[in-house]
Amino acid sequence: MATIALPDSHADHHYTATGQTHTKIAIWAFIGSECFFFASLISTYLIYKGRSVSGPCPHTVCRGLHPILNIPVTSASTFVLLMSSLSMVLAHSAVVRGDRKYSRIWLATTALLGTTFLGFQAYEFTSFVHEGLKITTNLFGSTFFTLTGFHGAHVTAGVLWLVTMLFVDMKRGLGPRDAINVDVMALYWHFVDVIWVAIFTLVYLIQ
Amino acid sequence: MATTVAAPPSRAATLKYEKGIWSWLTTTDHKKIGQLYLYTALAWFLVGGIEALIIRTQLYGPNGRLVSADTYNQLFTMHGTTMIFMAIMPLSAAFFNFLIPLQIGARDVAFPRLNAFSYWIFLCGSLFINASWLIHKAPDGGWFSYAPLSTRTFNPGLNMDFWVIGIQILGVSTLAAGFNFITTIINMRAPGMHFMRMPVFTWAAFVTQFQIILAFPILTVAVVFLLFDRFFGTQFYEPAAGADPLLWQHLFWLFGHPEVYILILPAFGLVSEVLPTFSRKPLFGYPVMVYSLILIAFLGFGVWAHHMFAVGMGPIADSVFSVTTMLIAIPTGVKIFNWLGTMWGGSLRFTTAMLFAIGLVCLFTIGGISGVMHASPPADLQQTDSYFVVAHFHYVLFGGSMMGLFAGVYYYFPKVTGRIMNETLGKWHFWLMFIGMNLTFFPMHFAGLDGMPRRIWSYDANQGWTNDNHVSTIGAYILFVGMLIFVYNMWRSRRSGTRVGNNPWDAPTVEWSTPSPPPPYNYAKIPQITSRYPMWTREGPHSISAAYPVGAPAEAPEPTAEELHIPMPTPTLKPLLASLALTLAFIGLIWHKQVPIIILGLALFAVVLLSWVLTPLEPEH
Amino acid sequence: MTADSSPSHELAAAHADEHHHPDWHTYKWVALVLTIITVGEVWIYYTPLKETRIFVPALLIMSVAKFTIVCMFYMHLKYDAKLFRGLFVGPLTIAVLVVISLLFLFGHLALHA
Repeated sequence: MATIALPDSHADHHYTATGQTHTKIAIWAFIGSECFFFASLISTYLIYKGRSVSGPCPHTVCRGLHPILNIPVTSASTFVLLMSSLSMVLAHSAVVRGDRKYSRIWLATTALLGTTFLGFQAYEFTSFVHEGLKITTNLFGSTFFTLTGFHGAHVTAGVLWLVTMLFVDMKRGLGPRDAINVDVMALYWHFVDVIWVAIFTLVYLIQ
Repeated sequence: MATTVAAPPSRAATLKYEKGIWSWLTTTDHKKIGQLYLYTALAWFLVGGIEALIIRTQLYGPNGRLVSADTYNQLFTMHGTTMIFMAIMPLSAAFFNFLIPLQIGARDVAFPRLNAFSYWIFLCGSLFINASWLIHKAPDGGWFSYAPLSTRTFNPGLNMDFWVIGIQILGVSTLAAGFNFITTIINMRAPGMHFMRMPVFTWAAFVTQFQIILAFPILTVAVVFLLFDRFFGTQFYEPAAGADPLLWQHLFWLFGHPEVYILILPAFGLVSEVLPTFSRKPLFGYPVMVYSLILIAFLGFGVWAHHMFAVGMGPIADSVFSVTTMLIAIPTGVKIFNWLGTMWGGSLRFTTAMLFAIGLVCLFTIGGISGVMHASPPADLQQTDSYFVVAHFHYVLFGGSMMGLFAGVYYYFPKVTGRIMNETLGKWHFWLMFIGMNLTFFPMHFAGLDGMPRRIWSYDANQGWTNDNHVSTIGAYILFVGMLIFVYNMWRSRRSGTRVGNNPWDAPTVEWSTPSPPPPYNYAKIPQITSRYPMWTREGPHSISAAYPVGAPAEAPEPTAEELHIPMPTPTLKPLLASLALTLAFIGLIWHKQVPIIILGLALFAVVLLSWVLTPLEPEH
Repeated sequence: MTADSSPSHELAAAHADEHHHPDWHTYKWVALVLTIITVGEVWIYYTPLKETRIFVPALLIMSVAKFTIVCMFYMHLKYDAKLFRGLFVGPLTIAVLVVISLLFLFGHLALHA
């Protein structure tokens, strides 16, 4: 067996078989895994659609109760989340070119838009509860709140991640060398957005 | 050896981490983590075995009254849960940890601290779920926890609370490890280690990790639904609210079927390492072995409802799943033939590791045959929920997974510890285990076809099952004696076994080029790989007439990482602390939903996590 | 911030990425297209088309388009190494097949007309 040392013991320490970083590979594997997590939640929502025996329904009047879902409000929050993906790519671009001012602006914007989305969700959840739909009410309540709740938890984790990034930026400044980590965070953020695209269509728009 | 170099400033600080308990609590070294998994898993295997012995004693004769029916339910539930999640999977994890970096020519895994976290959260989860025994409220709804039976309506006590929470904790461990190993195998292969040059064990591990990261999220969701139903009053599994009793079954088996391939593929990988070495011949049909692994993993997601042939899915669904189940037997069967082809014409050496590997080939085949019998829905209507199924899965899990894992233990023990295990004791272990296993499980085929249902606490004298049960119980005790011999062998060999050099078995793969045990940095120089069998010459192994062990232990100590200027990760307590914090949150949940404790646990977890990600892995260089 | 970020390595990788990334013009067009599709989805909900048989397929096509555009451009799968496409598309495909199978098994999709 030929054993050849790489010319520089430093280089051999950072050697990778693909030229990509560990974190980027790990985040894509994670995203693949999350496809199954959300697929299970979405499947259950779809399986139980129309099978509640009590309580309110999503789109129609049933058992004398108003339909629950508010399409205009959710359309607005969907748009907000979509725009946060735009601000996220702009943030990443800024970090890559070393633009300290705009990296901060766009990161903060993304965090703000994400928080706005969460605000819309909090409003939505509380108004549903007032109208008689709780997570315990019926199959619709259980599946709806669990699915959108876990999505919201993912958004929250993303916002915390963004805030941590901003904190690091304030402390020592983010530069091109952080591009990979911002990239990884951006991938997570876009994935969370893309899951909402699926949820918005399957839960809100399709009856 | 090399000229000694003055100790760098960090040495004094890291000295405290190198010895004793502290070095184990703060380790990020995959080799140490692998050993932690090994010993912990073996301990749980013994616990699961004792649970089985009690079950078998209760079932020895008709109308046994050794334990109550309620305790019996706890015993078989915990036996299954322990063996699957706390014995077989972590035993496989021990090998993933120890072997993957060495086999691909790397110094460690991609995320060493996450690796340590995987172990500690596994330990915490396994202790959590077994703590239920202390209050005699162990989970009692079967390891598969079918809802609605496992909902609070039908199972109100703490028992299944321990299960739903314990499984989630254990799931975190497995998932984290999955991402770690996938990244490691993709990204840290040494130069020249193309995918089709990787050892088959690493391939098996790679494929298994993909199954893990795709199947475990489904289990997570299924168990979240059950947890929410039990703790927060949701309706996922409440028939009164219109819930479908089959939802749990579909979600669980969507996980559960890939899970059984997760349980067997690593053992297949180990056998694929052991057979060539002791046949003194390369593995027969390496590419086909790799493709069959991939095909099994992929098809494994398409057969799940064969666990549900008796629920009334209808002829179309039954037929589809019957066909896919029969199809998956093909790549599996191909592997059996390739192993036979490896041995055919080889110069066979019947070491203990080899015996266990051959044992897998024989016994898994038997289990596979009963499995294919299950693939036919009409036949399965007779077999399902009877002891025939118990026979099938013990043949594939004990005769398959465990035999393969034991082969791996005997084979790699010298690499891990620097000493070989005693061959005489090993052979006693093998034969007692082989005989005991067949005595225990073969009669179950007949008991099952004679109508004995699963999970029954006792049976009457006039049902015709008594003789089968007599034999099974005797077999179980023989198994137990074999295990005791194994434990003694491990303990004794660790202390005073014959010391060995780098490659005591004259094996072909690159991990055998390192000293036994390897230094913390594994390879002083990252190897350049030029073939599938780097340690064998082009003609084959060096010495056909080898007497084991081959070679002698090194005389001079290895140089240290500092002397070689290899930066090593700083040992850290954070993975252990993060595990404890997360477990605290779960304890808060089960203990009457104490919200302050849950919040405290999550807050501590967040703090430790933040500190962890903001700290570099290695001292700046 | 994390383990493997040493200055020279990160800089090299960032520069490699930079050559492939779209610029902000492309991103703004992408955002515009996504907005238009979203407007389309919501608009179609409020028209009589909602009661027709093309409603659901139209919505599915539009959301798949949005999904794909975000993945290809924002997550730059179009520009990145094929490895990432494999890591994502493989699981996504199996997940979608599983969802469809479950819908059949629970009677939400008819197997025959």
